[in-house]
Amino acid sequence: MAVAPKKKVEATPEKVHVWPYLVRLEFMCAILVILALTVWSIGIDAPLEEAANPTKTPNPSKAPWYFLGLQDILVYFDPWFAGVVAPVLIIVGLMLIPYLDVNPKGNGYYTYEERKLAIWVYCFGFLVLWIALIIMGVFLRGPGWNLFMPWQYWDPHKVVALTSVDLPYAFGVRTYNMAMFVGGVVICGYFAIGTGVYFFLERKAIKYVGFLRMFIKIQLYLIMIGIVIKIVLRLGFNIKYVWVTPWFNI
Amino acid sequence: MANKAPGLPSLADLIAKVKSGEIFKEISKQITESQVWTSSFRHGYADTPRNRVLQIASNVWLHLHPVKMHRHALRIKFTWCMGGITFLLFLSTVVTGVILMFYYRPVGEYAYYDMKYLQYDVPFGMLMRNMHRWAAHAMVITVWLHMFRVFLTGSYKPPREFNWVIGVFLVTFTLLLSFTGYLLPWDQLAMWAVTVGTNMARATPFLGNEGPFAEYVGVTPRYDARSVLLGGSLVGPPALLRFYVLHCIFIPLVAGALMIVHFWRIRKDGGISGPL
Repeated sequence: MAVAPKKKVEATPEKVHVWPYLVRLEFMCAILVILALTVWSIGIDAPLEEAANPTKTPNPSKAPWYFLGLQDILVYFDPWFAGVVAPVLIIVGLMLIPYLDVNPKGNGYYTYEERKLAIWVYCFGFLVLWIALIIMGVFLRGPGWNLFMPWQYWDPHKVVALTSVDLPYAFGVRTYNMAMFVGGVVICGYFAIGTGVYFFLERKAIKYVGFLRMFIKIQLYLIMIGIVIKIVLRLGFNIKYVWVTPWFNI
Repeated sequence: MANKAPGLPSLADLIAKVKSGEIFKEISKQITESQVWTSSFRHGYADTPRNRVLQIASNVWLHLHPVKMHRHALRIKFTWCMGGITFLLFLSTVVTGVILMFYYRPVGEYAYYDMKYLQYDVPFGMLMRNMHRWAAHAMVITVWLHMFRVFLTGSYKPPREFNWVIGVFLVTFTLLLSFTGYLLPWDQLAMWAVTVGTNMARATPFLGNEGPFAEYVGVTPRYDARSVLLGGSLVGPPALLRFYVLHCIFIPLVAGALMIVHFWRIRKDGGISGPL
């Protein structure tokens, strides 16, 4: 005996005409955005401070707000990394995403279940390392780039003791060359062990993901995690550099 | 009992007409059959499938669209509308930016006073400046959200990998557009924000005078990555002119070209992504 379907399946066409269905949506959206922009622009004036004066440095001097995440990383890294290498890595890393993520699932629809790691990594990078640091840079960084809570007075004479030391020093290494050696071992060891552990855990995936793809992916992950580790080392353990060399410091 | 004036419909009749929608048909009929209307528009628009297609295909401004699309791509919950809003905000900055260019000279002696002139003497000058600046800031936010949406829906996956790469370029150029514009008011905020930003360039490995391995390349404060960017060793009038040209000509042209490719590839890659 055939069972009658409970609900009549509606025959809705898969495809619709762009005129009028999309165009009217775009039109409404454009009107709302332009209206909001006009009201905002009537209500709030763009800032204009006193004329530029190269002899008068404001404290704090802040980059445009969208770069404040990078400026905040300057606390933990030297400018060559925070200001040049990190942004380049962000841009290149973003461009590599489609070529590194070979998971065929979750193409064209929202899903957390089918690509948990990808969503976690992107959300952590975007929401924490980018957006949260921007919010901190805009609202909590005061004179001397010191941290101020919103209710605290931005005291330009606030004294913060610089008690941080380099990691090899904290381990008891006192000579320059030995410290350079220990720092190099720590940094290179971090990447070597991290890469090795990843390849061991994902050894079954090497065949269909590919060696090069996995290698680049884990280096980018390790750099991202390394930034977090460095922040924790600095804030929690007063570590300034891990590796000091005559050419660069990390 | 009040007598009804002849010709005036009763309230009950009127409510019934509104409820049934009859009244709107009557009003539109009266308008479209009026002398003014019939003399202005030579023929009506028949809502046929053929005409719907022609509205898109034979219109220079709309033909960027496909004539038909998947139903799911209309859902704002899916698209967030952010790509389109970013493009609209870009167009707003182009229009307001051209107006601002009439009054602004990128010269150290004049730039700041032109800003004052714009704000206090030019009719609607302040409004144009506000719209330009706020649209630029909003554009940075919407382009990030667009990218976030594209990531969350996995829309960068095959066959759309290359369009994601173009998109990353466009995000970068959006930030650079905003950053180069940041200097132009030539006030303290502008000068020092750009000083902080461009100081990073002197730490570029090999190419910045304070960067790692610079000593092997022989760059100096007057001749390195930063001085090329600024046209000098500090943020001065040459930097203002450079940023002005980059902001008004170079980056908009490059970003515009990339936008053309970006929009083109959406269609070539099979339209807005969706469940297969």
